[in-house]
Amino acid sequence: MRVAVTGVGALTPMGATAAEFWRALIEGRGGIGPIQPCLAAQLRFPHGAQLRDWDPLAHFDARTADLLDPFAQYAAVAGREALRDAGLTAEDVKGTRTAILTGCCAGGQVSEDIQFQELYGKQTGRVHPMTIPRIMSNAGASFLSMEWGVSGPVYSISTACASSGHAMGQGLWMVRSGIVDRAIVGGAEASFSLGFLKAWEAMRVVSPDTCRPFSKERKGLILGEGAAMMVIEPLEAARARGARIYAEFAGAGMSADAHHITQPSVGGPALAMSNALADANLRPEEIGYINAHGTGTLANDATECRAIHAIFGAHAAKLAVSSTKSMHGHALGAAGALEAVATVMALSEGVLPPTMNYMTPDPECELDVVPNAARAQQVGAALSNSFAFGGLNAVLCFKSPASL
Amino acid sequence: MTEEFTQKLLQCIAATLHKPVETYRLDASFEELGIDSLDGINILFALENEFGIQIPDDAARNVKNLGEMAQGVWKLVEAKGAPA
Repeated sequence: MRVAVTGVGALTPMGATAAEFWRALIEGRGGIGPIQPCLAAQLRFPHGAQLRDWDPLAHFDARTADLLDPFAQYAAVAGREALRDAGLTAEDVKGTRTAILTGCCAGGQVSEDIQFQELYGKQTGRVHPMTIPRIMSNAGASFLSMEWGVSGPVYSISTACASSGHAMGQGLWMVRSGIVDRAIVGGAEASFSLGFLKAWEAMRVVSPDTCRPFSKERKGLILGEGAAMMVIEPLEAARARGARIYAEFAGAGMSADAHHITQPSVGGPALAMSNALADANLRPEEIGYINAHGTGTLANDATECRAIHAIFGAHAAKLAVSSTKSMHGHALGAAGALEAVATVMALSEGVLPPTMNYMTPDPECELDVVPNAARAQQVGAALSNSFAFGGLNAVLCFKSPASL
Repeated sequence: MTEEFTQKLLQCIAATLHKPVETYRLDASFEELGIDSLDGINILFALENEFGIQIPDDAARNVKNLGEMAQGVWKLVEAKGAPA
């Protein structure tokens, strides 16, 4: 059974809808900027891709907003947009035949930070009774299930930076196998709380300036946040109801490095890419674009390039490979979802989003990285890579709607 | 660098990596000592605590062996005005 993407939603530092996100991506207008001063004053790095002027009351009544950490609010807003975009109502998706699978790396860090500050800092001896429901990383998926009456399989997957890649791949397999008639898949992350940012600072992988994937000058990642969701359903069902088809969700590949908690490997990512190709029943030569994991760290980018060369051989020279993290930053558990939406839109619109902030080629990253400007190019099929700390990899494969 | 400082530094590294202090020599590269990037950030964190300093990422990134690391830490300790 073939599976189609029929709805997209995104809430990002570069645009509050999938359409705005896409326009910013192809215009190279990134969301990286100064972190809000009260946080930045206590950090050794000044920049992030942070959602600005977030107003939950524009999306939720006050009582509902109280129940949701920002990450769950982002998930809900992106999920609603994807469902509306797919032309689906609560009447259509309610019941057991719909699944919701969301990725999240760290759960409700913003709420946890505030409440633990009450406890350890202010010594109040108590935390807010909604702390647990706000922290739990399934909160976004649960909210969407309640709001839309979805009573099928609903859960969240947490595999650090590959969370939403794994969630979306799992959703594909669920729809393809007929377990459900449709799935809402994606991920959300709210990364800007002091404790969490300090933990990233201690890892010494955050860039002091900006995110320059594949450049010789790259100095690390830039943290991002937001959410993205897609509605996926069988191609035939989508056609039957006259839905807009953005792309075919053709395959997913997963693997574990079984190697090191933080150091990337070539073998694990290469295996995930070849598994995705096999799942999509495609040869490497049929891929025209890869939305890379491309964090902008020294180690990731060089290793990912080696993995791409290992799988694609001579065809690697003909591939376009960009990292949109150069614009939306590393949205951690939401990264795979943001990048899947970017990949699906690239196939749908015939434009490849660029790797921004690119300076000097690095011999260790010898690929066509679509430097600094989008490119009008219709490719037939594309991969979206997500590789996590802990050595867990998820690669998604999409095909152009023109191929259907 | 004083001998006292060097000993304190090596002991801090050894304690961080749960190895005997004799394991570590200033002239050995991180590779020879089996120190990977994850060990590296743990060591930097421990040294910042031990000596009450802040080691910038840029400085840390260019260091290739314990000798260079000791020199860098010594400079920061001296700059603080309270040599170990």
